[in-house]
Amino acid sequence: MSQIQTWTLVFIVGSFAVYLYIAWRSRVRETAGFYVAGQGIPTIANGAAVAADWMSAASFISMAGLIAFLGSDGTIYLMGWTGGYVLLALLIAPYLRKWGKFTVPEFVGDRYSETVRTIAAVAAIIISFTYVVGQMRGGGIVFSRFLGLDVTGGVIVAALIIGLYAVLGGMKGITWTQVAQYSVLIVAYLIPAIAVAQQMTGFPVPQVSFGQILAELDAISVEMGLNQYTEAFAARPQIDVFLVTMALMIGTAGLPHVIVRFYTTKSVRGARYSAFWALFFIALLYTTAPAVGAFTKLNLLRDVNGVAADALPRWIENWAATGLVTVSDGATTINTVSNNPTSGADLIVNNDILVLASPEIAGLPAPIVGLVAAGGMAAAMSTAAGLLLVISSSFSHDLYFRRVKRDSTDKQRLLVGRIAMGLAVLVSIYAGINPPAFVAQVVAFAFGLAASTFFPAIVLGIFWKRCNATGAAAGMLTGLVFTASYMIYTLPVFGTEANPHIFDISPEGIGTIGAIVNFAVAIVVSKLTAPPPDEIVEMVEGIRYPASRREVTAGT
Amino acid sequence: MTEVTPDKETRGGEPPPSAPPPASPPDNGWRKEYWSRNLRLMVILLAIWFIVSFGFGILLVEPLNNIVIAGFPLGFWFAQQGSIYVFVILIFVYAKLMDRLDNQFGVDEQEIQEAGK
Repeated sequence: MSQIQTWTLVFIVGSFAVYLYIAWRSRVRETAGFYVAGQGIPTIANGAAVAADWMSAASFISMAGLIAFLGSDGTIYLMGWTGGYVLLALLIAPYLRKWGKFTVPEFVGDRYSETVRTIAAVAAIIISFTYVVGQMRGGGIVFSRFLGLDVTGGVIVAALIIGLYAVLGGMKGITWTQVAQYSVLIVAYLIPAIAVAQQMTGFPVPQVSFGQILAELDAISVEMGLNQYTEAFAARPQIDVFLVTMALMIGTAGLPHVIVRFYTTKSVRGARYSAFWALFFIALLYTTAPAVGAFTKLNLLRDVNGVAADALPRWIENWAATGLVTVSDGATTINTVSNNPTSGADLIVNNDILVLASPEIAGLPAPIVGLVAAGGMAAAMSTAAGLLLVISSSFSHDLYFRRVKRDSTDKQRLLVGRIAMGLAVLVSIYAGINPPAFVAQVVAFAFGLAASTFFPAIVLGIFWKRCNATGAAAGMLTGLVFTASYMIYTLPVFGTEANPHIFDISPEGIGTIGAIVNFAVAIVVSKLTAPPPDEIVEMVEGIRYPASRREVTAGT
Repeated sequence: MTEVTPDKETRGGEPPPSAPPPASPPDNGWRKEYWSRNLRLMVILLAIWFIVSFGFGILLVEPLNNIVIAGFPLGFWFAQQGSIYVFVILIFVYAKLMDRLDNQFGVDEQEIQEAGK
């Protein structure tokens, strides 16, 4: 126990020192003109930075645990959070790179109007904030386990560290820091996964070897009152699986803090390859996650099946201190396991601990446990820093500068941005302590909102010259209001009653419908109103070609 | 505008017929061709994207699960492994083919890169 804490401290402090060192170094170079668009960041490094920026505590800490309990339907997160990159690479990134304006409010502001810019800035703040809450919660779980705090204390510590980091090192030009964070998080994810795969199947490639245990996992799951692991649509109806997957995909393609990253590539071509490298790096983790989920769940179930409540393995006691694992009061032997606190099962295990606990469950040595904790923090921090920057820039640049005070100085804007960032940290502490759902689900809501507001406005802006400001504004507003209303309607947050799902559509999946509504409204309203001015049509035409044409030999 | 006016005069006020190649300004022919090839490539790749993920991974997952390979029911494998591999390949193929297309039409960013050095 104390050995684990020591190693955790060593890895977390060590990795922090590395990030701060890199941030400090690249800042020095930045003042010498290092930070300018199109400067020497290799495509592959930019890809790794995108991957770190985007893979959050939800991917690292929460996802494999969710998959472990969702079984086959965990697919929604796996495909949903990777498939979006295909859309991003084919439909968005190269064109926005050519456009040259990289925050989403900037793009829609230029393409449509100031009103649309304001709507986009507000939406970007809401989306990024929802997403930050997930990171605080994830970081809080890491600290609560490894510092021996309860989750509330853990969230406060994590939020303060993340906030401090975002203010100090999280300014522009942090690509190299994020490359380092990617390295830490991927190593921390793969090492225990490979070790567990080797231990359980004798073959160290988890992506391949977890097939061997699926039959046993199916059998023991059923025995312990859970769904058969590989059975499709056991946890969610088919239509909902479809809609949630789609919402996560188009949400990924519309996320403000992801799009912003393609700004650091050299060229349009660089943007395409950055998207490739980003997904390549993400896929390393995403193809491992289902294996981690399956291995850990089998280990967990084997460990506790039919075991007396006072003879349970050591890790259960360790995690019980965080309140995220509970043994039912009346249980003498463990016969049922669930992730649902109200299920009445003998052992309740929170999804969010499975990855962090997997080395302990598998009995791996303490340094590996510490490494995983550092990886979880890297994932939470890199994403939270990017998100806090979006909040602060949307607030200071797109709202304050554009709408409130046009003659504000740089200094004033920076101050406003910092205040916005600080407020976001404070509110997210509160929301992180009282989360409306699991980390990955909280994050899924952010994607739903991004899907229903940004994706249609951006895609129409690029591919349909006739789309005008009125149409885009109407579309974004209806999409946002529609999606947010349904989420509030079906979730017990903000003190409201939770209502049953309509047509089996969950709040995570509603973003797809919201996006369709947005598209439809934008198209109809655009058609009914005047076409956009000629110079905008000309701008849209211009972004379709990576460079001006040079002479080529005939016979193309 | 100035380029279009002489054209109209020679045709004597007739509405311009679907522009024959010599009449169109040298710009527009290749632009349309480039853009439509880009769109075609995009549609093909997105069709594969949809079939593999939503098709094999969600809509057809149950029938495919009857086939088991190396312990994996096939639909389950597509949903949790196969589709992700295909996504990575799709983006790579897109980037490569667009390189070739840009090159063919002379809109690749060579000059920019050289100027950068």
